[in-house]
Amino acid sequence: MAEVTVRKLNKMFDTTHVVKDVDLEIRDKEFVVFVGPSGCGKTTTLRMIAGLEAVTSGEILIDDTVVNEVPPMDRDIAMVFQNYALYPHMSVAGNMAFGLKMRKFAKDEIDKRIKRAAGILGIDELLHRKPRQLSGGQRQRVALGRAIVRDPKVFLFDEPLSNLDAKLRVQMRVELKKLHERLAVTSIYVTHDQVEAMTLGDRVVVMKDGWVQQVGEPLELYNTPANRFVAGFIGSPAMNFADVNVVDRGGTMWIENPGMNVRVPDHLQARMKPHAGKPATLGVRPEDLHIATDADPADLTFTGEIEVLEQLGSEILLDMRAGNSSVVASVEPTLRARVHDKIKLGMNPARMHFFDAATEAAI
Amino acid sequence: MIEGAIWRRWVFSNLPLILFVVVLLFPFYWMIITTFRPDGELYRPWNAANNMPFWTNKPTLEHIYYLFEETNFARWMFNTMLIAAASTLISLFCGVLAGYALARLNFPWAGSLGTLIFITYLVPQTLLFIPLAEIIRDFRLGDTPWSLILTYPTFLIPFCTWLMMGYFKAIPKELEECARIDGASRLKAMIYIIIPVAVPGILSSGIIAFTLSWNEFIYALVFLSSPDQKTVAVGVTSELIRGDVFFWGSLMAGALLGSIPVAIVYSFFVEHYVSGLTGSVKG
Repeated sequence: MAEVTVRKLNKMFDTTHVVKDVDLEIRDKEFVVFVGPSGCGKTTTLRMIAGLEAVTSGEILIDDTVVNEVPPMDRDIAMVFQNYALYPHMSVAGNMAFGLKMRKFAKDEIDKRIKRAAGILGIDELLHRKPRQLSGGQRQRVALGRAIVRDPKVFLFDEPLSNLDAKLRVQMRVELKKLHERLAVTSIYVTHDQVEAMTLGDRVVVMKDGWVQQVGEPLELYNTPANRFVAGFIGSPAMNFADVNVVDRGGTMWIENPGMNVRVPDHLQARMKPHAGKPATLGVRPEDLHIATDADPADLTFTGEIEVLEQLGSEILLDMRAGNSSVVASVEPTLRARVHDKIKLGMNPARMHFFDAATEAAI
Repeated sequence: MIEGAIWRRWVFSNLPLILFVVVLLFPFYWMIITTFRPDGELYRPWNAANNMPFWTNKPTLEHIYYLFEETNFARWMFNTMLIAAASTLISLFCGVLAGYALARLNFPWAGSLGTLIFITYLVPQTLLFIPLAEIIRDFRLGDTPWSLILTYPTFLIPFCTWLMMGYFKAIPKELEECARIDGASRLKAMIYIIIPVAVPGILSSGIIAFTLSWNEFIYALVFLSSPDQKTVAVGVTSELIRGDVFFWGSLMAGALLGSIPVAIVYSFFVEHYVSGLTGSVKG
């Protein structure tokens, strides 16, 4: 059982600064997901925690011990790699036993652990096969099994599902979640897929360009993104953004742009005040837009023209043009509309987000 | 259309292949036929009425008897085997370690060191034997197998190093990282994971190194002088060509018998050899 703490962690590759001042406290038994676009430093951070990359500056602690100089073998961690990294010349059982043999476990203890892990993962039948005789999903299970038998303090996952096809990925995602509940081991998981991050993580760390953008529970990131990047990265389809100007109309804050003239919701009025006369970004998620009815106050609606209509069955995605910005709205599947129809959309005032145009931070 | 396809296959694929095979195998065939041809036929003028250059009706073993009874051929074979095996082992050991270091350890100048090692391979032996002869003399190694066992690695080690470096680079580095997280030191990860995975590469560089030293001529010619120290390549040519007299039958017998061990080694490892050269690591 272990906590992992990262303090002011930095990594330079020659002159490239890839991880910048990362601060993080991962609690015991927590499942933390690092997510971000490629090159954001998430994998490098994970590899530093694993001990595969040297730390340029800062500290990594596992259970209050600074492990910066501890070699990977002594950190008591297990890692699952994107390409599985199964030892091709060993059988499945051999792969799982290797870590235990290196640690000089007794033979019957090794057998017991392999049996248990194979049982958990449903790979009892495969123990005598070589990795090349396994399918992608089976290899993934063996890689997991190799981590489980070690009974480590921390599990590290480096994009473990990226090499699987879409269907298998969803299935393994569920299994990983179950596995974590069952084993309750501190886990750090790296992915570029925000759906994986949202579904798996107890907490999610969003990274970009080496900086941590926001750390929080999945819904916290979804509901109150700290900045425009997090807002756009979390959620699918992505949040709509529109460049607007904030104007003060007799003490009430409004936002306007060529296609839109909307009153700032009451709970945001005070916070918007200092931004009067300045540009800002409005963010609204597709699912927070709806077809406006008479009940919608006029100052929370705008009109757009449908450009593309995507029927998904459970919902319809409308790609629309409103003024100079394009907007995606997710609406009820019962809507009867055609391309080029003009439609009035209403926004949910409680779920509007505003971002400073210059700093991109949430207002 | 189908007829056209057959025609095309013959002209562009089958015929060139057949031609190629004939060109490659003909010297070997010539070697065999000459070995078993009696002297009377061998020295018959080409325009004689009963000249049959590609066949003999009276095969004989006299050249092979001559080779074993009148020359030190058996001894040469043993020398060659010993020297080739020893220098191959030395070169493989150094080449595997150096190749691994160049491929995996991030030390400064690793790249330029790799290039430098390759450049030493490019120095022609025909120049290098002169300074080497001096060294061999100074260490009093002349006319001993050591003179070759220690000089062959000068061109075999760079060769093995380069081949192994390429092979190690093709092995995903996650394998090793995983082993190190699993509790292996770098050395143990190399012994238990990387080297077993690299066996095809090690075998192919071993085979090529063995063949190179088996066939080597100049160093053997320069560093060895007494008949019972010679290797097959030098022994056969120096003892069976006397002045302008060529003992063709025995020469060819020597060449034939001398190429058999190499052929056996190749056929033994041919599958590994091919996968080694194509660098496939099956995940």
